[in-house]
Parts: sequence; structure tokens; C-alpha cells
Amino acid sequence: MASVKEHKSHDMGLHQEVLTGRTQQVFFNPEESENFLYNDAYDVDFNKRTSIDVEKLNCIEVNSKIKDLMKQGYGTIVLKNPGAKHSLGVGILNKLNLIIEGSLGYFGVGSIDGPVVRISGRVGWSCAENMMAGKVVIEKNAGSCFGAAIRGGDLICKGSVGARSGIDMKGGTIMIGGNAGAFTGFMMQRGRIVILGDVGPNLGDSLYDGTIFVGGKIESLGADAVEAEMTDLDVDWLKRKLKVAEIDKKINFSKMTKIVSGKKLWNYDNLEPTERKGAI
Amino acid sequence: MAKKKKNKTSSKKKDSGIKTTREKMIGQHIGYRYDVNLLPDYTRLTPFLKKYIETMGWDDLNWLEDVHMGYENDKPAVFDRNINGWVTAPKNLKLPKNQQDRDMIARELLIKFQMSPNHPLVVLKKAYKKFD
Repeated sequence: MASVKEHKSHDMGLHQEVLTGRTQQVFFNPEESENFLYNDAYDVDFNKRTSIDVEKLNCIEVNSKIKDLMKQGYGTIVLKNPGAKHSLGVGILNKLNLIIEGSLGYFGVGSIDGPVVRISGRVGWSCAENMMAGKVVIEKNAGSCFGAAIRGGDLICKGSVGARSGIDMKGGTIMIGGNAGAFTGFMMQRGRIVILGDVGPNLGDSLYDGTIFVGGKIESLGADAVEAEMTDLDVDWLKRKLKVAEIDKKINFSKMTKIVSGKKLWNYDNLEPTERKGAI
Repeated sequence: MAKKKKNKTSSKKKDSGIKTTREKMIGQHIGYRYDVNLLPDYTRLTPFLKKYIETMGWDDLNWLEDVHMGYENDKPAVFDRNINGWVTAPKNLKLPKNQQDRDMIARELLIKFQMSPNHPLVVLKKAYKKFD
């Protein structure tokens, strides 16, 4: 059995390097030539289009096929007959137009970084979970934990969504054309949620940071979620984002309710344990 | 006289971010030192960012809406979620006063850093990748 020290990372010097005090200047020159894609990304052409019939394939086969097609330079891929299968279109770290003709099961298009995805049907739990960048548009409804822990990008559901949408989100924008369930924005840390319809109880419970905009009625606010004043920048951003979301609704943006963190639950200074000790 | 004036400026600078009673008591900042919820002003979009949006096939800044110019050890820096660390701005880079313009520069810097063949994750991938 090979020892840990025989791993090639030791030969590459990764275990000897000093990390403290290192800055980006070590790694790159800000003046270097323009490059908009990750180092190992596939150079795809949006005009090169193909389709996959998913009916007789499992999710691993479909996801491998998408990767192979991207390697061949296909920039637009259509998934036909998805049949609400789980985990389709996950882990795409590339620019791509992915069109899904039908509905997805659990964890659809999770952990993506870059693609534009259009889904003509519905989606199950945790759609676009941990999404990093890109745009996902769902024409119908979504299940619970919609956009769980997303970090970036635009996630749009034109219909209604279940409970705990945007739970633990750390960035990005979630837009909901219909209603949202209980605990929307639960433990949200950053980013924006826009709900054009009504929202269930405990909105923004334990909200650490980020912003929630609601067009309809709010059943109740969660712990530390408070109302804030809408600014002109908010209204401009909402107008523009609704166009990006392709939601065709007439909205009076100035009448929307803005929810932010009351910051009463913020508790992260170093002295706190000492103070607690003193109090005891 | 000049020396006295210098001292006044430095003490003012040191205390400028510490405002609340709680912060004064513990002698440090609570929370971020910039507005993490600041929405981007699209009138200040740079040509580099316009080209990036076009290349990716998006309609706007997308994930970069959450990127702002922050600080690390009092130096301007941008947070890279891929390395889970701060990337300090080059010393010779002159930063504008307006936060919106600073954020646009932060976004450019972050793209250049992440897409560089010298990015730390490229090296880590070479060492540890298990499949293509």
C-alpha cells in the first residue's frame, strides 16, 4: 500500500509552501490577457445544438453524456423525456444552454456554475441546490428547499414553491412568481429572495443577512426578520431583475415589502467566551 | 504643529469604523466593514464586465452581484469563494472613492484571478484529481 507521503502532491511541493502572507500577486498578473472561462472549461458554441432522449437512461448516464457533448463543443443541449428523474444536469461547471422538456425530480441541476437552464415542467425538492452561477428558469411549480444553500446566480420559478426556499443561501437571487411556503429564507446569510405572491409563516427566520422582497401578504416574520425601507436602487434593481426572470406581471414595486436582518442574533466577537466566564 | 496634526488624523482613522457602544466596549468591529447588500449600479459597468456577461450568455452580472471590494488586514481585498479566502488588490492599483466603482474593480479582479492558469485550484486539481 502506497504511503501518504508518496502522493504526487509532495513532489509538487504543496506540503512545504508557506501560505501565510501570500497574496494574489503570487498567482496572477491583473494585466494579463482577457480570459472569461475557467482553466479546464470546454469551449462550447451556443449555436451548436443537440438533444438527448433521457427515457431509457439513468441520471449518471445522462450527466456523463452532457459532459461528453460539451467536450465536443455543443453549447445547446435539449433533454427530452426527463420523466421527473432525480439529479439530472448536476455539476455543470461550464457555460451552456440546457433545455429540459418536462419535469425534474429531486436535486435537479444542483451544484452548477455557469449554465443557463430552462425547464418547461415542474421540479422536486432542492432544485439548483448549491448553485454557484448561471440562470435557471422553471415554468411551473417547485418543491421544498428550492435553491437550498445557493451561492450565486439567478434561480427563477414562475409558479409557486414549497417550504424552506433559500434555506442557508449565501448569495444569488431567487425569484418566485407565485406563492412561497413556510420558513422561506430560513438561516439566509446573503443574497436576495423576491416573492411576487404571498408567503407562509416564519419568513426569514434566523436571517443573518441578505434581503427578501415580498409583493403579497406575509403570514408572519421569523426571529430577527424586520421590515426595512425600499430605496430607489431597490426599485430599479427589481424592475431590471423581473425582465431577466422573464416574468410578465405588472407589479407596483414601491408597494413591495422589504425584509432584512434585525442583526440581534449576530454574535461573533472573540471576547464573548471570556465575558460569559466572568458572568458565571 | 505638523506632528500633532498627523497624530490626530491617525487616531481618527483608527476609530472611524467603531461606532456602537458594544463595538467600543470590545474594541473591534462587529460584522462587515462594507455593505454586503449593496445592489450594483449598472450605469457603472466596465467594458471588461460587459464582455464577460456577453461571453457567458447572461443578461446581467449574475453571481458577481454579490461581489464587493472589502478589506483584509486594512488592505483592499475581494473574497474568492473558490479558495475561501481574500485576494488583496495590487499595491499599485488606484481605487476610486465610490463604493460602486470599487465593486466593479473587485469583480474584474476576481474574474482575472479565478480564470488564471495560476489559480491555486488549478494546482490542487493537478495534484488531487481522481477523474476527468
